[in-house]
Amino acid sequence: MSESRPDSTPDSTPISTSAGGGVAARCMGRFSSSFLARFAANPAGKLALLLLALTLLTAFAGPFLAPQDPYDPAALDILDARLPPGSAAAAGGTYLLGSDEQGRDLLSAMVYGLRLSLVVAGAGTGLACLLGAALGLTAGYFGGRWERLVLALADLQLSFPALLIALALLALSGPGLFKVALALAASQWAYFARSARAAALVESGKDYMAAARLQGLSHARLLWRHLLPNCLPPLLVILPLQLAAAISLEATLSFLGLGAPATEPSLGRLIANGFAYLLSGQYWISLYPGLLLTLAVTAITLAADRLAAVLDPRRQED
Amino acid sequence: MTFILRRLLHGAWVLLAVSALVFAALYVVGNPVELLVDPQADPADTARTIAALGLDQPLWRQYLTFLGNAARGNLGTSFIHGVPALSLILERLPATLELALSALFLALLLGIPLGLWAGLRPTSLAGRLIGAASTLGFALPAFWVGLMLILVFAVQLQWLPPGGRGETREVLGLSLSVFTLDGWRHLLLPALNLALYKAALVVRLVRAGSREALAQDYVRFARAKGLTESRVVTGHVLPNTLIPVVTVLGMELGALIAFAVVTETVFGWPGMGKLLMDAINALDRPVVVAYLLFAAALFVVLNLLVELLYGWLDPRVREGRQ
Repeated sequence: MSESRPDSTPDSTPISTSAGGGVAARCMGRFSSSFLARFAANPAGKLALLLLALTLLTAFAGPFLAPQDPYDPAALDILDARLPPGSAAAAGGTYLLGSDEQGRDLLSAMVYGLRLSLVVAGAGTGLACLLGAALGLTAGYFGGRWERLVLALADLQLSFPALLIALALLALSGPGLFKVALALAASQWAYFARSARAAALVESGKDYMAAARLQGLSHARLLWRHLLPNCLPPLLVILPLQLAAAISLEATLSFLGLGAPATEPSLGRLIANGFAYLLSGQYWISLYPGLLLTLAVTAITLAADRLAAVLDPRRQED
Repeated sequence: MTFILRRLLHGAWVLLAVSALVFAALYVVGNPVELLVDPQADPADTARTIAALGLDQPLWRQYLTFLGNAARGNLGTSFIHGVPALSLILERLPATLELALSALFLALLLGIPLGLWAGLRPTSLAGRLIGAASTLGFALPAFWVGLMLILVFAVQLQWLPPGGRGETREVLGLSLSVFTLDGWRHLLLPALNLALYKAALVVRLVRAGSREALAQDYVRFARAKGLTESRVVTGHVLPNTLIPVVTVLGMELGALIAFAVVTETVFGWPGMGKLLMDAINALDRPVVVAYLLFAAALFVVLNLLVELLYGWLDPRVREGRQ
């Protein structure tokens, strides 16, 4: 009964004997058809997949199909400002979901805004994952003072809500999308660092790591080729969860005026733009972007739940 | 005792680290003169403030001065209001605490019965709906829900005011809204808005907890004794689901205060969160810095209280420490 071998592939371990190795093997074939089949094996999985596809298509194919380029001031007609849904545009065509206060077609602005929201949140979460994984893995692997330092910093981050950390950074450094991505990374890295360090501690004690160490491999190679692949599953489980949280957080920061500029609105900024006109009953500028935001966060949350279930062999399939 | 001492030391280290980070952001990254001295002040005034703040001293001296001033509650003077930043924050604190505690109360009021219902009847239609609603409660962007509450209840139905705090009454030196009808009408929507996410969390915790408790021997035994179902639920299932709720909500009180920044902005609730956003927009740096340090201190104290409460509530933790 060997533990998983360092370079295990899905085929080399048909029957997993250890949870860690089995999960790692499952993970490596993560986009294989069998993975998708398992993912969509129950109604919740099918729904998650459907909503996720819808969100990604809207965000990344939508801008090519949108009736207007909302970032091009020449395409906007200020006389068309705040028209209700279904109004005719001066330049021909209809504003299906109405127009905003700058005369932007709301549907187009939403589609572009969703892409912007996903890209910024994705960049922030990706950065947090890279940073957290690097710090956490090395902390678990080397131990000692470095580990204590990383854990203390992670503790420091986790004693404050993510919103407060991001707010503090942006309040002191000024608004901007790039800064929002950095603030998202700064307020999320500790989750990744903690689980990477926990996984690294467990994996470091296993026989395959001892064997690899005895071969005289360098620290870099041990970390990169042997430790990292086996520590990926817990990181993959929290990545989409943090992404969903980051989308909400980015929208909140942009709503507060600390994120996307008014000329290139993300969903949160669009909702904020509509806020001023809400009391006069012009509901659509805030309503529809919020619905799209909810769809995106729900889709990613459901997919994250499903991914956790599929990657965890102990959780029973229902 | 050693445990309490250790937590106190930990809290002190967190505060020290935060003060160092804020100091670094202020003094190393930016020019503190620009940030802390009103740009409209005349040169003599500026020079005096620089000397008073010790900005002509070496960096380590400056940090010690900064720490010393902060410890004595001197966090600078607001550019806009011309009064000490900390007193501005303390003035707004009761409104935020009132909002956060009302939201906490609402979250429990909604979350416990719904979670219990879903946990006891997991396969019923209502149980499934409650489960789905709690998932949605996590996914809905809170600030947008706030706007929609205003749209429905203030603009369309005109039942409740869209914002502000309404009539307040002085109680024990604090002006509070919960003692007047008008105050209640103003408090309801923001508190509901802030409570939504926590209510979804409570539903989850209570649902999972009651499902787990139902499978335990003590519940089977209580049923075997012939207790009515309602006695089994209130006497045996509910108390055991509430331990995680208490601890999680203790930690979430801090998050509620942080998230009040958003709710207060949406509803124009005059708490310290709205003060922060106004200060950010008006570039009133001393108030921003004071808010950050004050919030950090508040969180450290809250975390400490929760840890102590947890140790007191759960005998296993208490024993394990001795």
